[in-house]
Amino acid sequence: MTLDQSFVGRSYPPTPPYEVGREKIREFAEAIGDPSPVYTDPEAAKALGHPDVIAPPTFAFAITYKAAGQVIHDPELGIDYSRVVHGDQKFRYSRPVRAGDRLSVVTHIDSIKSLAGNDVLSVRGEVSDESGEHVVTAHTVLVARAPKAEGA
Amino acid sequence: MTANISYDDVEVGTELPAGTFPVSRATLVRYAGASGDFNPIHWSEKFAKEVGLEDVIAHGMFTMASAIRVVTDWAGDPGAVVEYGVRFTKPVIVPDDEAGAVIEVAAKVAAKLSDEDRTVRVDLTATSGGQKVLGMSRAVVRLA
Repeated sequence: MTLDQSFVGRSYPPTPPYEVGREKIREFAEAIGDPSPVYTDPEAAKALGHPDVIAPPTFAFAITYKAAGQVIHDPELGIDYSRVVHGDQKFRYSRPVRAGDRLSVVTHIDSIKSLAGNDVLSVRGEVSDESGEHVVTAHTVLVARAPKAEGA
Repeated sequence: MTANISYDDVEVGTELPAGTFPVSRATLVRYAGASGDFNPIHWSEKFAKEVGLEDVIAHGMFTMASAIRVVTDWAGDPGAVVEYGVRFTKPVIVPDDEAGAVIEVAAKVAAKLSDEDRTVRVDLTATSGGQKVLGMSRAVVRLA
């Protein structure tokens, strides 16, 4: 299956704001086994110059990947989700995500390539806060593996 | 943002303290809940095998989160990370036993990028069971 190249350059409407809570950050930090107090103790975060607890660097993915669902589940694009694997991931931060943020994501399709029968899709999530300031950009490469040939 | 490490104190080749991160099935269930990624390849052996995997595998994003801890523990402030990227090269296979799997992470300063911004590039390697699980794993960190 080859995906429609005309989707390159397409962007999707901003997602409704995701409100980042202190307890969600704590839950995430515990799930990755990171005991750093900057994720759980507002005073420790303030001592480092942050207005409130910050989230671990990869936390933003939960928000951007959900937003990327607009692409993955776009019926016009027609990706077979059951064949999608995560190829690459990159973040560029203007500042860390922190408790109290209300974050919105605009998802862009940067490229669609076909490599060895696999569809390789580069998606970019631009995350901004309530005042419209950039927080983080997430670049996600998704690989939709080619279906096995019949009888193979 | 206040990193513990001074830009002036690091050289190209400076090694960061390495990290060892255990992963069990319980770790994956917990990560699934916290991250919202409930793909059954991360908790159902039956499903994982049906789609051609050897066994249940860790979330790539869990591996990515573990690897950067070597950098954030070193820098002291996770807010010092200005860029972080990886390629998922091999899955971390997590057997259903007490031992589970282990992710081993090493990192070193690969370049001093800007005297003005006090940024360095740190290159990371992450392995599990002797296999390289992340490729092109790099972070840009703003030091004090």
